[in-house]
Amino acid sequence: MKVIIRLIPLILFLLLGVLLYRGLSLNPQDMPSALVGKQFPAFTLPSLVNGEKQLSNASFAKGIKLVNVWATWCPSCKVEHPFLVKLAQDKRFNLYGLNYKDERQPAQQWLKNYRDPYVFTIFDQQGSLGLNLGVFGAPETFVVDHNNVIRKRFAGVLERNVWQREFLPLINTIEDEIANGQ
Amino acid sequence: MDSKQLTKSTFNLLITAIATLLIATVFASKVSAGPIDTYKFPDEVMKVRFQHLTYELRCPKCQNQNLADSNSPIAQDLRHEVYEMLLDGRTDTEIMDFMVDRYGEFVLYRPRVNSLTYLLWFGPVAFILIGGFVVFLFVRKKDVKTADLSTDQQQQLNSILKDD
Repeated sequence: MKVIIRLIPLILFLLLGVLLYRGLSLNPQDMPSALVGKQFPAFTLPSLVNGEKQLSNASFAKGIKLVNVWATWCPSCKVEHPFLVKLAQDKRFNLYGLNYKDERQPAQQWLKNYRDPYVFTIFDQQGSLGLNLGVFGAPETFVVDHNNVIRKRFAGVLERNVWQREFLPLINTIEDEIANGQ
Repeated sequence: MDSKQLTKSTFNLLITAIATLLIATVFASKVSAGPIDTYKFPDEVMKVRFQHLTYELRCPKCQNQNLADSNSPIAQDLRHEVYEMLLDGRTDTEIMDFMVDRYGEFVLYRPRVNSLTYLLWFGPVAFILIGGFVVFLFVRKKDVKTADLSTDQQQQLNSILKDD
Protein backbone atom coordinates (compact mmCIF):
# COMPACT_ATOMS: atom_id res chain seq x y z
CA MET A 1 0.00 0.00 0.00
CA LYS A 2 2.71 2.38 1.06
CA VAL A 3 4.66 1.65 -2.09
CA ILE A 4 1.66 2.58 -4.21
CA ILE A 5 1.21 5.87 -2.36
CA ARG A 6 4.86 6.67 -2.89
CA LEU A 7 4.53 5.98 -6.57
CA ILE A 8 1.51 8.24 -7.02
CA PRO A 9 3.52 11.42 -7.76
CA LEU A 10 5.62 9.56 -10.31
CA ILE A 11 2.52 8.13 -11.98
CA LEU A 12 0.88 11.58 -12.05
CA PHE A 13 4.04 13.05 -13.51
CA LEU A 14 4.19 10.40 -16.23
CA LEU A 15 0.52 10.92 -17.11
CA LEU A 16 1.02 14.67 -17.32
CA GLY A 17 4.13 14.10 -19.41
CA VAL A 18 2.25 11.90 -21.88
CA LEU A 19 -0.56 14.47 -22.10
CA LEU A 20 1.77 17.38 -22.74
CA TYR A 21 3.93 15.40 -25.15
CA ARG A 22 0.85 14.59 -27.18
CA GLY A 23 -0.01 18.27 -27.16
CA LEU A 24 3.27 19.05 -28.88
CA SER A 25 2.29 17.15 -31.99
CA LEU A 26 -1.16 18.73 -32.37
CA ASN A 27 -1.62 21.32 -35.09
CA PRO A 28 -3.17 24.43 -33.53
CA GLN A 29 -4.47 25.57 -36.93
CA ASP A 30 -6.41 22.37 -37.27
CA MET A 31 -9.66 23.48 -35.72
CA PRO A 32 -12.98 21.77 -36.00
CA SER A 33 -15.38 24.01 -37.85
CA ALA A 34 -18.47 25.15 -36.03
CA LEU A 35 -20.30 24.76 -39.34
CA VAL A 36 -19.83 21.07 -39.97
CA GLY A 37 -23.29 19.52 -39.91
CA LYS A 38 -25.04 22.80 -40.61
CA GLN A 39 -26.70 24.08 -43.75
CA PHE A 40 -24.59 26.08 -46.17
CA PRO A 41 -25.49 29.69 -45.26
CA ALA A 42 -27.93 31.57 -47.47
CA PHE A 43 -26.37 34.22 -49.69
CA THR A 44 -27.09 36.42 -52.67
CA LEU A 45 -23.89 37.59 -54.29
CA PRO A 46 -22.76 38.45 -57.82
CA SER A 47 -20.78 36.10 -59.98
CA LEU A 48 -17.12 36.97 -60.39
CA VAL A 49 -16.98 36.46 -64.11
CA ASN A 50 -20.34 37.97 -64.96
CA GLY A 51 -21.04 40.81 -62.53
CA GLU A 52 -24.69 41.11 -63.46
CA LYS A 53 -25.52 37.55 -62.59
CA GLN A 54 -26.70 36.99 -59.00
CA LEU A 55 -25.84 33.71 -57.34
CA SER A 56 -27.48 31.97 -54.39
CA ASN A 57 -27.83 28.49 -52.92
CA ALA A 58 -30.24 27.68 -55.74
CA SER A 59 -27.43 28.18 -58.27
CA PHE A 60 -25.56 25.10 -57.06
CA ALA A 61 -26.14 21.94 -59.04
CA LYS A 62 -27.47 18.87 -57.24
CA GLY A 63 -25.04 16.39 -55.76
CA ILE A 64 -21.75 16.92 -53.98
CA LYS A 65 -20.21 20.38 -54.00
CA LEU A 66 -16.73 21.57 -53.21
CA VAL A 67 -16.50 25.26 -52.35
CA ASN A 68 -12.99 26.63 -52.53
CA VAL A 69 -12.24 29.99 -50.90
CA TRP A 70 -9.52 31.88 -52.73
CA ALA A 71 -8.17 35.36 -53.41
CA THR A 72 -5.46 36.93 -55.49
CA TRP A 73 -3.79 38.30 -52.35
CA CYS A 74 -3.26 34.76 -51.12
CA PRO A 75 0.04 33.19 -52.20
CA SER A 76 -0.94 29.66 -51.11
CA CYS A 77 -3.95 29.86 -53.43
CA LYS A 78 -1.55 30.07 -56.34
CA VAL A 79 0.21 26.94 -55.08
CA GLU A 80 -3.10 25.17 -54.78
CA HIS A 81 -4.52 26.24 -58.14
CA PRO A 82 -2.98 23.59 -60.45
CA PHE A 83 -4.38 20.86 -58.21
CA LEU A 84 -7.83 22.44 -58.39
CA VAL A 85 -7.63 22.47 -62.18
CA LYS A 86 -6.97 18.74 -62.01
CA LEU A 87 -9.76 18.17 -59.47
CA ALA A 88 -12.27 19.90 -61.70
CA GLN A 89 -12.07 16.95 -64.11
CA ASP A 90 -13.59 14.66 -61.48
CA LYS A 91 -17.27 14.31 -62.31
CA ARG A 92 -18.32 13.02 -58.89
CA PHE A 93 -18.67 16.57 -57.56
CA ASN A 94 -18.83 20.16 -58.74
CA LEU A 95 -16.14 22.61 -57.79
CA TYR A 96 -17.20 26.16 -57.00
CA GLY A 97 -15.07 29.15 -56.15
CA LEU A 98 -15.63 31.76 -53.49
CA ASN A 99 -13.52 34.79 -54.27
CA TYR A 100 -13.01 36.24 -50.81
CA LYS A 101 -12.35 39.94 -50.11
CA ASP A 102 -10.73 40.57 -53.45
CA GLU A 103 -10.88 42.97 -56.40
CA ARG A 104 -12.87 41.92 -59.42
CA GLN A 105 -10.40 42.82 -62.15
CA PRO A 106 -7.28 41.04 -60.83
CA ALA A 107 -9.42 38.05 -59.85
CA GLN A 108 -10.83 37.74 -63.36
CA GLN A 109 -7.31 38.07 -64.73
CA TRP A 110 -6.18 35.29 -62.37
CA LEU A 111 -8.74 32.91 -63.81
CA LYS A 112 -7.65 33.83 -67.33
CA ASN A 113 -3.97 33.33 -66.53
CA TYR A 114 -4.20 30.11 -64.55
CA ARG A 115 -7.36 28.59 -66.07
CA ASP A 116 -10.76 28.54 -64.41
CA PRO A 117 -11.52 25.24 -62.66
CA TYR A 118 -14.78 26.47 -61.11
CA VAL A 119 -18.33 25.93 -62.34
CA PHE A 120 -18.83 29.47 -61.13
CA THR A 121 -17.13 31.78 -58.68
CA ILE A 122 -19.03 33.76 -56.08
CA PHE A 123 -17.67 37.29 -55.76
CA ASP A 124 -17.67 38.07 -52.03
CA GLN A 125 -15.93 41.41 -51.90
CA GLN A 126 -17.12 42.36 -48.41
CA GLY A 127 -16.44 38.90 -47.03
CA SER A 128 -20.05 38.53 -45.84
CA LEU A 129 -20.47 34.92 -46.97
CA GLY A 130 -16.94 34.27 -45.77
CA LEU A 131 -17.93 35.51 -42.33
CA ASN A 132 -21.00 33.30 -42.26
CA LEU A 133 -18.84 30.36 -43.24
CA GLY A 134 -16.37 31.12 -40.45
CA VAL A 135 -13.58 31.70 -42.97
CA PHE A 136 -10.52 33.35 -41.50
CA GLY A 137 -8.10 33.14 -44.34
CA ALA A 138 -7.54 31.58 -47.68
CA PRO A 139 -7.34 29.00 -49.06
CA GLU A 140 -10.12 27.05 -47.41
CA THR A 141 -12.21 24.30 -48.90
CA PHE A 142 -15.67 23.15 -47.87
CA VAL A 143 -17.38 19.92 -48.77
CA VAL A 144 -21.15 20.38 -49.09
CA ASP A 145 -23.36 17.35 -49.53
CA HIS A 146 -26.49 16.77 -51.63
CA ASN A 147 -28.67 18.13 -48.81
CA ASN A 148 -26.65 21.35 -48.79
CA VAL A 149 -25.13 20.41 -45.43
CA ILE A 150 -21.49 21.32 -44.81
CA ARG A 151 -19.60 18.11 -44.17
CA LYS A 152 -16.04 19.32 -43.93
CA ARG A 153 -13.98 22.44 -43.70
CA PHE A 154 -10.34 22.31 -44.62
CA ALA A 155 -8.04 25.28 -44.04
CA GLY A 156 -4.83 25.19 -46.04
CA VAL A 157 -3.44 24.11 -49.36
CA LEU A 158 -5.21 21.22 -51.03
CA GLU A 159 -2.82 18.68 -52.44
CA ARG A 160 -2.85 15.03 -53.39
CA ASN A 161 -2.05 13.57 -49.97
CA VAL A 162 -4.64 15.63 -48.12
CA TRP A 163 -7.13 14.88 -50.83
CA GLN A 164 -6.66 11.13 -50.63
CA ARG A 165 -6.53 11.04 -46.86
CA GLU A 166 -9.32 13.41 -45.91
CA PHE A 167 -11.55 14.14 -48.87
CA LEU A 168 -11.89 10.95 -50.88
CA PRO A 169 -13.26 8.82 -48.01
CA LEU A 170 -15.81 11.54 -47.23
CA ILE A 171 -16.90 11.77 -50.86
CA ASN A 172 -17.31 8.00 -50.94
CA THR A 173 -19.44 8.19 -47.78
CA ILE A 174 -21.67 10.88 -49.24
CA GLU A 175 -22.03 8.91 -52.47
CA ASP A 176 -23.16 5.91 -50.44
CA GLU A 177 -25.69 8.10 -48.67
CA ILE A 178 -27.02 9.35 -51.99
CA ALA A 179 -27.27 5.77 -53.24
CA ASN A 180 -29.21 4.82 -50.11
CA GLY A 181 -31.55 7.71 -50.63
CA GLN A 182 -30.67 9.53 -47.44
CA MET B 1 43.74 55.96 -13.17
CA ASP B 2 44.34 53.24 -10.61
CA SER B 3 42.42 50.02 -10.55
CA LYS B 4 40.08 51.19 -7.77
CA GLN B 5 39.00 54.21 -9.77
CA LEU B 6 38.54 52.04 -12.81
CA THR B 7 36.22 49.70 -10.92
CA LYS B 8 34.24 52.67 -9.66
CA SER B 9 33.76 54.18 -13.11
CA THR B 10 32.72 50.79 -14.51
CA PHE B 11 30.23 50.51 -11.69
CA ASN B 12 28.82 53.96 -12.47
CA LEU B 13 28.51 53.07 -16.12
CA LEU B 14 26.63 49.91 -15.22
CA ILE B 15 24.22 51.81 -12.96
CA THR B 16 23.55 54.34 -15.72
CA ALA B 17 22.87 51.57 -18.19
CA ILE B 18 20.45 49.80 -15.89
CA ALA B 19 18.65 53.05 -15.08
CA THR B 20 18.30 53.87 -18.77
CA LEU B 21 16.88 50.45 -19.46
CA LEU B 22 14.37 50.76 -16.64
CA ILE B 23 13.22 54.17 -17.80
CA ALA B 24 12.95 52.93 -21.37
CA THR B 25 10.83 49.99 -20.22
CA VAL B 26 8.47 52.28 -18.34
CA PHE B 27 8.03 54.55 -21.35
CA ALA B 28 7.75 51.71 -23.80
CA SER B 29 4.87 50.18 -21.88
CA LYS B 30 3.00 53.47 -22.16
CA VAL B 31 3.04 53.28 -25.95
CA SER B 32 -0.01 51.32 -27.00
CA ALA B 33 0.88 48.60 -29.46
CA GLY B 34 -2.75 47.68 -30.20
CA PRO B 35 -4.48 48.56 -33.43
CA ILE B 36 -6.37 51.83 -33.59
CA ASP B 37 -9.89 51.95 -34.96
CA THR B 38 -11.93 55.08 -35.09
CA TYR B 39 -15.31 53.74 -34.14
CA LYS B 40 -17.79 56.28 -32.86
CA PHE B 41 -20.19 55.13 -30.19
CA PRO B 42 -23.47 56.83 -29.33
CA ASP B 43 -22.85 56.35 -25.63
CA GLU B 44 -20.18 55.38 -23.16
CA VAL B 45 -21.87 52.10 -22.21
CA MET B 46 -21.66 50.80 -25.77
CA LYS B 47 -18.01 51.75 -25.92
CA VAL B 48 -17.29 49.76 -22.78
CA ARG B 49 -19.31 46.82 -24.13
CA PHE B 50 -17.32 46.95 -27.36
CA GLN B 51 -14.05 46.96 -25.45
CA HIS B 52 -15.23 44.09 -23.30
CA LEU B 53 -16.39 41.98 -26.26
CA THR B 54 -13.27 42.49 -28.32
CA TYR B 55 -11.24 41.67 -25.23
CA GLU B 56 -13.11 38.43 -24.60
CA LEU B 57 -13.23 37.23 -28.21
CA ARG B 58 -10.24 35.49 -29.65
CA CYS B 59 -8.85 36.12 -33.11
CA PRO B 60 -9.30 32.87 -35.08
CA LYS B 61 -6.22 33.40 -37.20
CA CYS B 62 -3.70 34.75 -34.71
CA GLN B 63 -4.50 32.40 -31.91
CA ASN B 64 -2.77 34.08 -29.02
CA GLN B 65 -4.41 37.44 -29.42
CA ASN B 66 -7.88 38.73 -28.79
CA LEU B 67 -9.79 40.80 -31.31
CA ALA B 68 -8.86 44.03 -29.58
CA ASP B 69 -5.18 43.26 -29.78
CA SER B 70 -4.82 41.91 -33.29
CA ASN B 71 -4.12 43.74 -36.51
CA SER B 72 -4.87 40.82 -38.81
CA PRO B 73 -7.53 41.44 -41.49
CA ILE B 74 -9.92 38.91 -40.00
CA ALA B 75 -9.70 40.58 -36.58
CA GLN B 76 -10.42 43.95 -38.17
CA ASP B 77 -13.45 42.45 -39.91
CA LEU B 78 -14.72 40.84 -36.76
CA ARG B 79 -14.25 44.05 -34.77
CA HIS B 80 -16.29 45.82 -37.41
CA GLU B 81 -18.92 43.10 -37.19
CA VAL B 82 -19.09 43.45 -33.40
CA TYR B 83 -19.45 47.20 -33.81
CA GLU B 84 -22.26 46.85 -36.37
CA MET B 85 -24.09 44.37 -34.20
CA LEU B 86 -23.81 46.65 -31.18
CA LEU B 87 -25.26 49.54 -33.18
CA ASP B 88 -27.95 47.14 -34.33
CA GLY B 89 -28.99 46.74 -30.70
CA ARG B 90 -27.95 43.13 -30.24
CA THR B 91 -27.14 41.89 -26.77
CA ASP B 92 -23.67 40.73 -25.73
CA THR B 93 -24.91 37.15 -25.54
CA GLU B 94 -26.28 37.33 -29.07
CA ILE B 95 -22.96 38.65 -30.36
CA MET B 96 -21.03 35.92 -28.55
CA ASP B 97 -23.42 33.29 -29.96
CA PHE B 98 -23.01 34.74 -33.45
CA MET B 99 -19.25 34.28 -33.22
CA VAL B 100 -19.45 30.81 -31.67
CA ASP B 101 -21.87 29.70 -34.41
CA ARG B 102 -19.31 30.61 -37.05
CA TYR B 103 -15.94 30.06 -35.44
CA GLY B 104 -16.74 27.59 -32.70
CA GLU B 105 -16.20 27.65 -28.94
CA PHE B 106 -12.61 28.37 -29.79
CA VAL B 107 -13.24 32.13 -30.13
CA LEU B 108 -14.21 32.45 -26.49
CA TYR B 109 -11.27 33.26 -24.27
CA ARG B 110 -13.45 32.29 -21.34
CA PRO B 111 -14.76 28.87 -22.33
CA ARG B 112 -18.32 27.98 -21.45
CA VAL B 113 -18.95 25.51 -18.66
CA ASN B 114 -20.01 22.21 -20.24
CA SER B 115 -19.08 18.56 -20.03
CA LEU B 116 -16.00 19.17 -22.17
CA THR B 117 -14.68 21.95 -19.97
CA TYR B 118 -15.49 20.60 -16.51
CA LEU B 119 -11.89 19.50 -16.05
CA LEU B 120 -10.68 22.93 -17.12
CA TRP B 121 -13.00 24.81 -14.78
CA PHE B 122 -13.03 22.57 -11.75
CA GLY B 123 -9.70 20.76 -12.16
CA PRO B 124 -7.68 23.36 -10.25
CA VAL B 125 -10.12 23.34 -7.34
CA ALA B 126 -10.06 19.53 -7.33
CA PHE B 127 -6.27 19.53 -7.32
CA ILE B 128 -6.16 21.94 -4.36
CA LEU B 129 -8.62 19.75 -2.47
CA ILE B 130 -6.64 16.60 -3.24
CA GLY B 131 -3.41 18.35 -2.27
CA GLY B 132 -4.94 19.62 0.96
CA PHE B 133 -6.19 16.15 1.78
CA VAL B 134 -2.77 14.61 1.17
CA VAL B 135 -1.07 17.23 3.34
CA PHE B 136 -3.68 16.60 6.02
CA LEU B 137 -2.96 12.85 5.90
CA PHE B 138 0.78 13.37 6.24
CA VAL B 139 0.52 15.92 9.02
CA ARG B 140 -1.90 13.84 11.04
CA LYS B 141 0.26 10.75 10.91
CA LYS B 142 3.32 12.36 12.40
CA ASP B 143 2.79 12.40 16.20
CA VAL B 144 5.16 14.58 18.08
CA LYS B 145 7.33 12.28 20.09
CA THR B 146 8.32 13.58 23.51
CA ALA B 147 11.14 11.83 25.27
CA ASP B 148 11.13 12.00 29.01
CA LEU B 149 13.99 13.95 30.48
CA SER B 150 16.21 12.44 33.06
CA THR B 151 16.50 14.16 36.42
CA ASP B 152 19.88 15.64 35.48
CA GLN B 153 18.54 17.02 32.27
CA GLN B 154 15.51 18.50 34.03
CA GLN B 155 17.75 20.28 36.49
CA GLN B 156 19.89 21.60 33.71
CA LEU B 157 16.85 22.91 31.91
CA ASN B 158 15.52 24.59 35.00
CA SER B 159 18.82 26.33 35.64
CA ILE B 160 18.92 27.61 32.04
CA LEU B 161 15.39 28.91 32.29
CA LYS B 162 16.11 30.55 35.63
CA ASP B 163 19.06 32.45 34.24
CA ASP B 164 16.96 34.16 31.72
